[in-house]
Amino acid sequence: MKLYREIFTTFTKIGALTFGGGYAMLPIMHREAVERRGWLTKEEVADYYALSQSLPGVIMINVAAFVGHKLAGTRGSTVACLGVVVPSFVLITFIAAFIQGFLGQELVQRAFFGIRVVVCALIVQAIIKLWKSSVKDTFGIVVYIVTLALVLLVGVPIIAVVACAILAGIAHSALRRRVEAER
Amino acid sequence: MIYLFLFLEFLRMGVFAFGGGLATLPFIYELSGRTGWFTAEDVSFMVALAETTPGAIAVNMATYAGFQAAGVLGGAVATLGLTLPPIVIVGLVCKVVDRFRESWQLQAGLEGVRPAVLALITLALLMLARMTLLHQVDLAPAVGEWAALVNWQAILLFGLALAGMLKYKKHPALYIGAGAVAGLLIA
Repeated sequence: MKLYREIFTTFTKIGALTFGGGYAMLPIMHREAVERRGWLTKEEVADYYALSQSLPGVIMINVAAFVGHKLAGTRGSTVACLGVVVPSFVLITFIAAFIQGFLGQELVQRAFFGIRVVVCALIVQAIIKLWKSSVKDTFGIVVYIVTLALVLLVGVPIIAVVACAILAGIAHSALRRRVEAER
Repeated sequence: MIYLFLFLEFLRMGVFAFGGGLATLPFIYELSGRTGWFTAEDVSFMVALAETTPGAIAVNMATYAGFQAAGVLGGAVATLGLTLPPIVIVGLVCKVVDRFRESWQLQAGLEGVRPAVLALITLALLMLARMTLLHQVDLAPAVGEWAALVNWQAILLFGLALAGMLKYKKHPALYIGAGAVAGLLIA
């Protein structure tokens, strides 16, 4: 019971102190789980992080699940995942409830207009950052353009597009391996 | 029944949004159009709030989206839906972790899915940008009138914000705060 409680509070702390998710989680994770608790090594954190990136789902929750699983199996991973999302849930619920009363006011509307413009710029910045790690070769560019076209012009559902992209990646790689084997 | 529906929608996002963070944006945007639980403007605010507050961006967005759709319980259900797939998937992966890491199929699948996810984020961006950077009109404008459609103040603010972000890598909250002030001044 004590271990579960420790897992939960440690990940609640990690969730509350991480701004931006993903990479931002690593230094706090390192301080709390590696240095303070001695639960795992630096290398294990790096491994779990790499694995989490190659799995579907939110990276932070995936990392929490791996660490929790290592410490105490499925129960451990459940406790760790709940711990890491609790701060978000509490804080966002409060803000959402609080902000409802102000949404209609003209000044708030004007401020939100400015915020929306900045959000567009934030997303552009995120796309630029992600481009380097996501689109590595001609194949990547083709997938990018075909995805845009399929959703925008044909209206293919998002999940179908994601599934096709996974299959296309595997097919492309299989073809390349065959060509290389024949040489 | 809205709770079950919310749970399933976010469960689906937990499985298909590779990378989390803004990868959930296209799903949430699509959800807003399909269900009307929240508006496209809400989605835009969700991003701002999620980037400003601590915690995983995708979780923050899920809580807010769920709250908008069905109150506190809605937020809880959406967050749980997003959290469940990792617990199950990681449990399975831990059993076969070495084989899993070395499989070329996994790497190959990721090479396909990453550019696709980026394209989906781009599409969500285009929808938000059209709503924000252009004046809203009901009818398609005549040829030659398109310039009147562009919200130049918004474009200017957008350019300044992006240039600032690329040059000085400060915390998103700073730019969002500045955007709010600019909105009060220009609108």
